[in-house]
Amino acid sequence: MTIREHFEIPKRYNLWSFGLMAVGIISIILLYVTHGASNDEHERARFWSSLLQNSVFFLLVVNAAMFFISATILAWAGWTMSFRRVAEAIASAVPVIGVICGAILLAIVFGGDHAIYHWTDEKRLDEILEHKSPFLNKTFFTVWTILTITLWSLLGRKIRSLSLSTDKGKMSVEEGKQYQWTNTVWSALFLFVFALTVMSTVPWLWLMSIDAHWFSTMYSWYTFASTFVSGMALIALFVIYLKNKGYLEYTNEEHLHDLGKFMFAFSVFWCYLWFSQYMLIWYSNQPEETKYFEPRVEGPYRGIFFLNIIINFIAPLLLLMKRGAKRNYTTVTILAVMIIFGHWLDFFQMVQPANSGDHVPMMLYDIGVGLGFVGLILFIVGRTLAKHPVVPKNHPFFKESVIHHT
Amino acid sequence: MAIRKYIVGSFDDEAALFPAVKKVRKSGYKIHDVYTPFPIHGLDTAMGLRDTSLHTAGFIYAITGTATALGFISWALAYDWPLNFGGKPYFSLPAWIPITFELTVLFSSVGMVLTFCYLCQLAPFVKKEHFNFRSTDDIFLMALACTDKTNEAETISFLQSLGAKDVKVDQREDRWWLGRYDKESEVFEKKPEGAVV
Repeated sequence: MTIREHFEIPKRYNLWSFGLMAVGIISIILLYVTHGASNDEHERARFWSSLLQNSVFFLLVVNAAMFFISATILAWAGWTMSFRRVAEAIASAVPVIGVICGAILLAIVFGGDHAIYHWTDEKRLDEILEHKSPFLNKTFFTVWTILTITLWSLLGRKIRSLSLSTDKGKMSVEEGKQYQWTNTVWSALFLFVFALTVMSTVPWLWLMSIDAHWFSTMYSWYTFASTFVSGMALIALFVIYLKNKGYLEYTNEEHLHDLGKFMFAFSVFWCYLWFSQYMLIWYSNQPEETKYFEPRVEGPYRGIFFLNIIINFIAPLLLLMKRGAKRNYTTVTILAVMIIFGHWLDFFQMVQPANSGDHVPMMLYDIGVGLGFVGLILFIVGRTLAKHPVVPKNHPFFKESVIHHT
Repeated sequence: MAIRKYIVGSFDDEAALFPAVKKVRKSGYKIHDVYTPFPIHGLDTAMGLRDTSLHTAGFIYAITGTATALGFISWALAYDWPLNFGGKPYFSLPAWIPITFELTVLFSSVGMVLTFCYLCQLAPFVKKEHFNFRSTDDIFLMALACTDKTNEAETISFLQSLGAKDVKVDQREDRWWLGRYDKESEVFEKKPEGAVV
């Protein structure tokens, strides 16, 4: 079988990516005019929390693609090889979205407003925030945010360049072993950084500190599960798109089946964490803990809160359960879009209620900003895919992916 | 329970078994079953077996478990004997979810194990005749069911040409029997004359 190695970006693809980016920019401008330029601190916070939600969500989603690559390298998995470059291309958006996200986060922390991160106001620190201040302070926030985004970008770039180095030619068995060992070391390093950031500190700093008095030990895992399942859905969408365009000849429904399994399993995992966080707080009924759920369950976010469970857990559980559904391109496409939207909505109800707890703000702006980020991801992924062969055909494990079946 | 005649070919390698299974099916023979010492990935597809319905049964058991748990707890705690636990409402769904989940898993797992045993006719002391006990150790057996029209000599030479190390005509009783392999030999002795044991 001949492989179409070089991805040519179709005109419609470019049109869509630029169109979506334009939608994003227009939404940001509109949101700035209506809210961001206001004299009221809470109106301005509406503008910044929309940027915060979207940039953090999409940064963590594209970074989840690199987590997927590293985890499969560490497991010595071969089945991913036929579409691994797609995940790499998605992860290559980390530096760009990382810079955007970092700039937004630092602008919120140092902008002088305290409506989102009220722990930044040193005059209003109470006893609880005083206790948290060794961790929750501007210096640590800045250093850790910059360090995190830099390390993700550099380690991601290193793993990508290791993958590209296979294009030089066939490897002997000894070279292959050496190559796999190098990969293992670098992906283990990435996972170590990932565990210290996404799985623990970063969601505390970026998202949980919006409700600085409240805390949950489940929060980081919950955020990780949310972004990882969206990342898998994004990989599945790009794989299906390239497959429709006639690329990725060696990727077939066997690989789609495994991607579908990831989407199914991590939807269940997400719900497990969601429920563990909710039930303990509901059970013990401590006022300082239930305060977080007050606007979400009893307040105006009630609809979004329960819609969240339906589209992120019940629908994937029932619709992806059958073997045939995971091997069907149409079902996986529909569910992948739904899962990404569902977890975007999840982030919406994680970020917004702290600032506007008495009403749900008009969501169209946020959807517009989100579409802008989608356009940006489309743009970067398209460029990266076009630059290098889309299939690492000299990788030692490539054959394992070709004969893979579930 | 009839005594049926089979042509049994034994292979000593799974690499020989796979193409043999494909060729036998292509030539129009009906494979009764293939016996291997360990599960072979993809053999079911090669043999043309349909997907098992065990997972559908599992799903049905699971929703039975969910319904049982939710039904019983809500009947007991909200209707029959309402109790006030820490000021929570009588119908407090979040507290019941762990039990519901556990009963769902319990029903589906136990139900699936029992269904699996039933389908495979596995139970303590239930024994079935084997073509060759070595198929649990180191050889791979392929059994073709014979009909009146089967040309035995031709089939045997066909299997040999596919790489079977040993081919023989065997007779086997379909039914299972209660007992132990080392003490009970009732079925083996009932074989008609001329049967190869």
